[in-house]
Amino acid sequence: MTGLWTLFYKEILRFWKVSLQTILSPVVTTLLYLLIFSHVLEEHVLVYPGVNYTAFLIPGLVMMAMLQNAFANSSSSLIQAKMNGSIVFILLPPLAYWEFFTAYVAASVARGLVVGLGVGLAGLWFAAVPLVHPLWMLAFALLGSAMLGAMGIISSLWAESYDQMSAVQNFIIVPLTFLSGVFYSTASLSPLWRGVSRFNPFFYLIDGFRYGFFGASDVSPLFGLSIVATCFLALSLTTLLLLKSGYKLRK
Amino acid sequence: MFPAIEIRQVHKRFGNVQALRGVDLSIQQGEFFALLGPNGAGKSTLINILAGLALADSGYLKVLGHDVRANYREARRSIGVVPQELVYDAFFTVREMLQFQSGYFNLRDNSAWIDELLESLGLADKADVYVRSLSGGMKRRVLVAQALVHKPPVIVLDEPTAGVDVELRQSLWAFIRRLNREGHTIVLTTHYLEEAETLCSRIAMLKQGEIVALDTTANLLNRYAAIQVSIRLNPPRLPESLQPLLCGQDGEVFRFSLKHHAELEDVLRTLRMEEIRVVELDVSKPDLEDVFLRLVRS
Repeated sequence: MTGLWTLFYKEILRFWKVSLQTILSPVVTTLLYLLIFSHVLEEHVLVYPGVNYTAFLIPGLVMMAMLQNAFANSSSSLIQAKMNGSIVFILLPPLAYWEFFTAYVAASVARGLVVGLGVGLAGLWFAAVPLVHPLWMLAFALLGSAMLGAMGIISSLWAESYDQMSAVQNFIIVPLTFLSGVFYSTASLSPLWRGVSRFNPFFYLIDGFRYGFFGASDVSPLFGLSIVATCFLALSLTTLLLLKSGYKLRK
Repeated sequence: MFPAIEIRQVHKRFGNVQALRGVDLSIQQGEFFALLGPNGAGKSTLINILAGLALADSGYLKVLGHDVRANYREARRSIGVVPQELVYDAFFTVREMLQFQSGYFNLRDNSAWIDELLESLGLADKADVYVRSLSGGMKRRVLVAQALVHKPPVIVLDEPTAGVDVELRQSLWAFIRRLNREGHTIVLTTHYLEEAETLCSRIAMLKQGEIVALDTTANLLNRYAAIQVSIRLNPPRLPESLQPLLCGQDGEVFRFSLKHHAELEDVLRTLRMEEIRVVELDVSKPDLEDVFLRLVRS
């Protein structure tokens, strides 16, 4: 296990060494969203009975920050290593493809959780948020970060430039997170857009994560969890197959 | 005893370019071996396939009997590769890089060997410096240290002295020679042919993805390299029988290209018989560059 552990530790150290950029910066950005949206909408929107809008917003923003940072961790590390050639340092040693996968996904989960915890704790300054089902919350947090960690690996394997990598981030990841119900409940949407939202796997992550806090959700948390788990398994399988084949890594 | 490296019928194509065309090569344990060839001959492709950085289209490669695909873990533990590109991870110090590299090879406590590597490669005072802030030559030393961190029995150096100063080149070769004496097999690609000639006991020359020569350095020199002889004559004339050996004339100086030193005796005897005096004689040693150029141009 030493090889896997070392790669995991190296990835943790990589983001920890630049924590202003990888932890503090996303926490501050997310808090700005919280500040602005809660100021504008606090008096106008009531999503769940007895839950004010700021409190409603906090779990969604926490999950959004976790997803985006979990994705950023594996994708930025791998695309940088590919572009500057330092990827050889992990391709030359006897690391198995599953060790590669596990280390990068675990490091993504770690960064997602650290950033999520930072946003959550800072959010308490703005509103008190209950925690009705902590295990549900944790299950969605772990699966969500792991899913995005795997997506980060796939994207960085595919991308052949920073431009392509940034396209995935800006045209796929950001829209999927913004349109997943972070800022609203999908119950407020028209039937058409509510139906469309159901095809966005990030919706189930936000909805299930929020259920962990409030005990209320747009869809059954068990159904959401099964969708998310299926997506995670499918993404993991895809990533493992790509890594095993050496896709764009071993020419 | 398994060969250090065994390569059989390896083919590799990149798009329309056939990079390797059925390469066969066997390198014995303990050899100091050079892989030479012009740019684009396929040297780096062959090394990349051997190291697992690229995949062969067909054929197989083994390191100490371990197939590089089927038994990749054993094969990669047996080989250390110094890549040609000057690559580094900007986030870490020299010592951190070496510790990570040790961990990837499942070495839990490797600090004694890391310290020895740092000392031997003149990196001891740079151990806690970020690799990104080192000079090119120093970065090259870090790459060598990284390749040796797991004490691989087979060491492959892909252009290790490209763009490095004389001092580093000499200290690097002294260190690599020591490793060779201790039993490590060394495979090297270089554009400095005098390095290959001085260091290596056997040489393979690649051209357009094929091995065009494979022999001991001495045999290659004997077979392909010509001895250049310059003679100043008095009177400055050349007997008819020596004209075929002449490859140039500069006033009273006649230049010959001879295959063997024995031919020189024939030249001198003919000159004596014709009563032509040798005023000045210069014999240049054959070198690998002649072999290289001859094979590349053929």
